[in-house]
Amino acid sequence: MNDVAVILAGFVAATVRISTPLLLAATGELVAERAGVINLGVEGAMLAGALASAMGAATAGPWAGVLAAVGAGLLVAACFSAVAIAARADQIITGTAITLGTIGLTGAIYRSAFGAAGPGLSIPTFAALPVPGLRQIPLLGPALFEQSALTYLGWILVPLASWFLFRSWWGLALRASGESAEAARANGVPVRRLQILATLCGGALAGLGGATLVLAQVGTFAEKMTAGRGFIAIAIVVLGRWHPRGVLAAALLFGAASALQFALQAMGLSAPYQLFLGLPYLIALLALAGAVGKGRARAPAGLGR
Amino acid sequence: MRAERSPLLTAGAAIVAGFGALLLGLLIAGYDPLLAVGALWRGAFGSRDALISATLVRAVPLIVLGLAVAVAFRAGALNIGGEGQFYAGAIAATWMGMHLGGWPAPFAITAVWLVATVAGAGWIAFAVLLKLRFGVLEVISTLLLNFVAEAAVSYAVTGPLQEAQRVYPQSEPIAEVARLPLLPGSRLHSGILLALVLAALLWLILTRTVWGFRLRAVGLGPRAAWVSGRISPQRVTGFALLWSGALAGLAGGLEVSGVSYSLYQNLSPGYGFTAIAVALLARLHPLAIVATGVLFGGLEAGAQGMQREAGVPAVTVAAAEAVIIITVLLADVLARRQVRSRVDTLERESA
Amino acid sequence: MSEAPVLELHGITKSFGSVQALRGADLVLTAGEVHALLGENGAGKSTLLHVADGMLVPEGGQIRVHGREVVLRSPRDARAHGIGMVHQHFTSIGTLTVAENIALAVGRRGCRPDSGLLERMDLHAPVESLSVGLRQRLEIVKALFTGAKILLLDEPSAALAPGEVAELLALVRRFASEGGAVALVTHKLPEVLSAADRVTVLRNGKVTLSAPVEGQSRDSLALAMLGTPASRNVETSEASAPPPSELPTLRPSEVCRLGHIVIHAGEMVGVAAVEGNGERELLRSLAGVTGGGPVPALEEGSVAFVPEDRSTEGLIPAMSVAENLVLGLERDPRWARGPRLDWSAVRRHASRLIEGYGILASGPEAAAATLSGGNQQKVVLARALEGRPRVLVAENPTRGLDLRATAYVHEQLRGAARAGVSVIVYSSDLDEVLELGDRILVVHQGQVSEAPRGADRQVVGDLMLGIQRAR
Repeated sequence: MNDVAVILAGFVAATVRISTPLLLAATGELVAERAGVINLGVEGAMLAGALASAMGAATAGPWAGVLAAVGAGLLVAACFSAVAIAARADQIITGTAITLGTIGLTGAIYRSAFGAAGPGLSIPTFAALPVPGLRQIPLLGPALFEQSALTYLGWILVPLASWFLFRSWWGLALRASGESAEAARANGVPVRRLQILATLCGGALAGLGGATLVLAQVGTFAEKMTAGRGFIAIAIVVLGRWHPRGVLAAALLFGAASALQFALQAMGLSAPYQLFLGLPYLIALLALAGAVGKGRARAPAGLGR
Repeated sequence: MRAERSPLLTAGAAIVAGFGALLLGLLIAGYDPLLAVGALWRGAFGSRDALISATLVRAVPLIVLGLAVAVAFRAGALNIGGEGQFYAGAIAATWMGMHLGGWPAPFAITAVWLVATVAGAGWIAFAVLLKLRFGVLEVISTLLLNFVAEAAVSYAVTGPLQEAQRVYPQSEPIAEVARLPLLPGSRLHSGILLALVLAALLWLILTRTVWGFRLRAVGLGPRAAWVSGRISPQRVTGFALLWSGALAGLAGGLEVSGVSYSLYQNLSPGYGFTAIAVALLARLHPLAIVATGVLFGGLEAGAQGMQREAGVPAVTVAAAEAVIIITVLLADVLARRQVRSRVDTLERESA
Repeated sequence: MSEAPVLELHGITKSFGSVQALRGADLVLTAGEVHALLGENGAGKSTLLHVADGMLVPEGGQIRVHGREVVLRSPRDARAHGIGMVHQHFTSIGTLTVAENIALAVGRRGCRPDSGLLERMDLHAPVESLSVGLRQRLEIVKALFTGAKILLLDEPSAALAPGEVAELLALVRRFASEGGAVALVTHKLPEVLSAADRVTVLRNGKVTLSAPVEGQSRDSLALAMLGTPASRNVETSEASAPPPSELPTLRPSEVCRLGHIVIHAGEMVGVAAVEGNGERELLRSLAGVTGGGPVPALEEGSVAFVPEDRSTEGLIPAMSVAENLVLGLERDPRWARGPRLDWSAVRRHASRLIEGYGILASGPEAAAATLSGGNQQKVVLARALEGRPRVLVAENPTRGLDLRATAYVHEQLRGAARAGVSVIVYSSDLDEVLELGDRILVVHQGQVSEAPRGADRQVVGDLMLGIQRAR
């Protein structure tokens, strides 16, 4: 009985931990997509953020790492914006190219900064930051409220993004840009500028997501370590129906799918670990079919144009 | 994609920009750029052996995957899952190849290629189904399927296809009869001939047949193809994606039957993505893809040389590929604007 | 009413290329009045309105707001002077709610809502769920919320049902009675007579009448609009257009059916309509290209369609002239050898058509994008006719073409009819319809009726506007 409780608590904690980078990156991508921009460069921005956070944290502590990660994410998003929004090249191919380029660049920088083998990189990471009071809740308390500061940041961003998108004029203007750039312009909205800002915001949050991966989850950097989490974030946005709360739920679902592995191991059940490697992506695909197919979710009408 | 002005000029500019970016990146990352580029050249084209056994060997999958990308892009569908279809083909080819002992070689090889092709098409069929039935963007679905394929490879080489000792994460080698003959004294396999034939064939299909015409029409003007040509864009893009997946799967089969003889993780160093650069730089022209495929094969081979001799990670060349893709995109934007302004002028004059 | 004018436009001139849209037009609005702006298609009413809105900058003339001369360079300038425009095309975003659309239009520095304007409107409903009438009302409400005191309405009733029109006019009247000034562009004479205080009529870019509505009649207004007196005693035969799902009732046989209207081989049928009355849907269902779905069960090649939008629907600009000339005909045995396409045969065919139709192109290999509008249309027509159709449906086939190209297109259409093709041609230019059609069909609010043989433009015009005259 007690075992079950322990396993369950561990499962919830792992779910939350794994979902945090996804939540951050997906919230950023949500803002960009609401403005009508689909940025496949989030994967690149996350990876750049991960490397920058590792380097920053190794030099000046975890908060410097966070700052560096945000900067790196912004830089990647700026490259994307210049090509895909300012020059209006195809967003999909641009995003793919940006991600490809980031993979190359991070690989080169990582090897030159940490040596070819990248040995035991010691990076100061974020310790769990227990929330006094709440962590006393039996079972879920320690699972939910003994997380890193970045996790809480991700949670705060959900209502914040909701408020911005649905309660502020600029959020309204941003959504209008994503639905119909022409009509938004007729209403006096600076569409192109908003789209660039939204994309930059997405890049910054993706960078933060990468930092979370390094500083609060893995504790080190490895080449291509994001392993498609940026693309999963895009799927999460669709699955979350372009809504911050939906994105939170979808991110938790993916976190749970990955955390299942640990729970099953703890229960002494064995399944090939590759199942859990592929599972989130398969879930994403099936969820996309369900989310898009039933017509309940609707992408911003001007997405990708 | 009918190139408006000299496509060679664009390609040249893109290559120069790519190399510029590579040099800059090397400088930023703190390497000696001249040493690195020298190593790159020697590894790619510096000797007969480098050219044939390194560059051309890598050019084969890049050409076939480049053709796969071109088929889809020409129809206006973006298949970013070449990597996944490649792996699907490789898994199927390995499984088939492992069970062909005693077959006559031509049949064995044909069988390996066939299952690889079918596996690639089957892999993308999932994305096609999601697109046509549920409206899921093929970009996202093909992309996500890449990761599923990688997990599947990882499972295969530690599970059902693992070598007999069960030590190494790689498959049992395929039967001798299923292996492609090599050019004597080199590692270049006869699959390169198939790549050339496929390029010529695709060129003929695109330019000389009713199907190719419809495919190009849908890619260049889906509304007009439907309203004026009564061509169903959905049907055409669906089939184009299936053929694209089939080609990518075949590329995986070629790699297994001609180079690796067994399956393991990271069999592809990102060929599926490099192929996008290969195809775009060739302006989606099948014959030009042969040339750009060799060029990028050289880049991949040279990258290994660079890693060996100058300690620069091979993955760095991905940055150069990205810059090449983006340069081509920007050149297209420029060409589109020129055409538009010319048409505007004509409209004004005729109004 | 003898109040000082709030908006004056004097001697406005504006031309587009060689077309002189306004030749010294005047419009004077005073507070408290609804001022109707009347005229045919192309008379210059919308142009004049866009000048007042700052969307178009005139070449000559004067604009005064409250007696002071102003220069309006953009809609934003106009807004600063209290001028609000309601466009023919809605600028609301369907997926956003009513409240959101209003907030978007108002901008960050909001304006206090007058809740009376919003009666019966669910603020939290997405705009796309509203009826067309309510959407139109919302457009006006948005303009009022931005603090407009001068309201410019461009054919607000074009797409509305009669009941909705009445509500709209009531809203407009109320705004005027509270001291606002309204300019209302319309086609519809009853609206003018019932709702407007003053009327200005434009013909060919010039004002032909500007007077209080009191004392005007349909006949006097029609005379000012058309330059010819109205006709009387019209008998019409009516048929309702079948609902879109049942279309096409067209059978690819010798005749073409539309309700009980039967079109025979070799007939040239003109379709007249005020835009937005369902004429587009009618043509497209006849041509079998309504949705993106599968091709309806029509015999292949029996109906040819000349769409209005050449660059996205008629042609593939990035493809060559030769390729465009065989689009949809790629299976033709003249060049299809099984799956193989014989390009030399296609090129020969293209060269023949380029010569035969006088297409100005550097050759069959030239990209269609490099052709002028007239020559692009020749390509579309040549392809349509060479497909040997039984029925040819043409949608505004001369839009944007010069006189010579227009004459050429007309000649081709007539030639096709002489050769036994049933030609159905719609044009937003009534004169063109009258010139081409042996018979005239009129689409009004989704209803198709046939004008009597030999009907003049007045009779057809009345049908288009839905005016019923006593026998």
